[in-house]
Amino acid sequence: MNKAGKALIELRQMDELADMESPVHSIHALIKLIVTITYIVLVVSFHKYDFTGLLIMVIYPLFLFNLSGVPIKTCFYKLRLIIPLVCMVGVFNPIFDREVLVHVGNVGISGGVISMITLMMKGVFSLMASFLLISTTKIDALCAGLRMVKCPSMLVTLTLLTYRYISVLTEEVAIMSDAYHLRAPGQKGVHYKAWGSFLGQLLLRSMDRADELYNSMQLRGFAGEFYYADRKRIGVKDIIYLIVWVGIFFFFRYVNVIGLIGNMIF
Amino acid sequence: MIEFKNISFSYDKDTPVLKGISFTINDGESVGLIGANGAGKSTIMKIMLGLLAPSEGEVLVDGVLVEKTSLSDVRRKLGFVLQDSDNQLFMPTVFEDMMFAPLNYKMTKEEAENKVDEVLESLDLMYLKNRYNHRISGGEKRMAAIATILAMEPEAILMDEPTTALDPVNRRIVINTINKLPQLKLILDMILDTCERVILLSKGGIVADGRTEDVLTDKETLEANRMELPLCLQGYKGKVCF
Repeated sequence: MNKAGKALIELRQMDELADMESPVHSIHALIKLIVTITYIVLVVSFHKYDFTGLLIMVIYPLFLFNLSGVPIKTCFYKLRLIIPLVCMVGVFNPIFDREVLVHVGNVGISGGVISMITLMMKGVFSLMASFLLISTTKIDALCAGLRMVKCPSMLVTLTLLTYRYISVLTEEVAIMSDAYHLRAPGQKGVHYKAWGSFLGQLLLRSMDRADELYNSMQLRGFAGEFYYADRKRIGVKDIIYLIVWVGIFFFFRYVNVIGLIGNMIF
Repeated sequence: MIEFKNISFSYDKDTPVLKGISFTINDGESVGLIGANGAGKSTIMKIMLGLLAPSEGEVLVDGVLVEKTSLSDVRRKLGFVLQDSDNQLFMPTVFEDMMFAPLNYKMTKEEAENKVDEVLESLDLMYLKNRYNHRISGGEKRMAAIATILAMEPEAILMDEPTTALDPVNRRIVINTINKLPQLKLILDMILDTCERVILLSKGGIVADGRTEDVLTDKETLEANRMELPLCLQGYKGKVCF
């Protein structure tokens, strides 16, 4: 199977993960979206040297991985290309910020190293939270949630159709890639001379298919507004989930729990 | 009832695809539309559904003129099964795909769910309900595509080569299913035991329109229009067509 085919399978696996049944999956999509955004905003807002304060925020993704049944290794596997990029963000901090802030034994740790680790943690935590949101929430439910808070219909429909278009595009890449390599044995990738026609054909083919799909939708009554089968009301359990998590996030943001524990022990 | 009145169409000025075509299909009738590649079969379907506008003539569906302002009403009456089921099934699961049309046509969620169950039960497809579209076989996809159309309660069903690329067993299942449907059916294919009437198209015009056994045994006309007798009439002993 070619890389596009594998990518397509991974994409579909995300749909299947989101369709699992667990206490986290059953929470209303809008509530999960709000909790995730709050989490990310608060994680990002930690001071660059507040390593210990930030560390406790790992509880949210760990708890959710455990409760939802989404394997944590799947998260790191699917984010394998993005995580190194996120980690690169603070990689030069140790060079520019050399002032020693902490001593561990006889080893002095500079502010640059701490801020680098903090930045990496912020990135990884935010990615994990985003991954948990999309792996426990179906895209339709998410879009239905966005419509509930009066997000413009066009924007939401565009998001949904773009998501669907990714599958169409990937499918076409997989088919074309197979067709190419069957007539170009031993070649790695597509030869640069064929890039133009390959991309042009890909665009035309995927547009044709997208057009067919759109026709199919129109012929079944689609008039610009999606009516989501997953649309449901926000219940008491959803509200409790929201209050508890947001409360915990703010508590952790303003109270350095790990620092307090450390002070009590030492 | 579908009425095609003197329809002409061309994608560009020099090459007309349809030249003044007229025919009527009555309620409950099952009609096959056949012809060589490029004869205009798909174009007829698209004009009927309002996806293409004719350059001349008019189409009436149940007395309603197919035009921009009536598209919603017309499409509510016509269910179209695409040739490629992958283009028809765009939601993750069969259930969600089947819910799509009823919800668009303002059924409540409960009504839509009941309709989906009713259709799946009538087609003996309950086992497909929560399956992922990308995990079912080609034959199952075709059946699911038909089910998605039936869930919108159309008065007529148009099908673009519904049995292409199916193995014999799946082909038979699909044909039996089509035969059970009470609606008006227009099928782009030569399904002998489904269509009671066949329209033969060639070069943008109708060259034969009549009972299936009459049109499909007319070797001369078929061959003059790049078609051939069904295999079972070509001297294969023991095969019965009609």
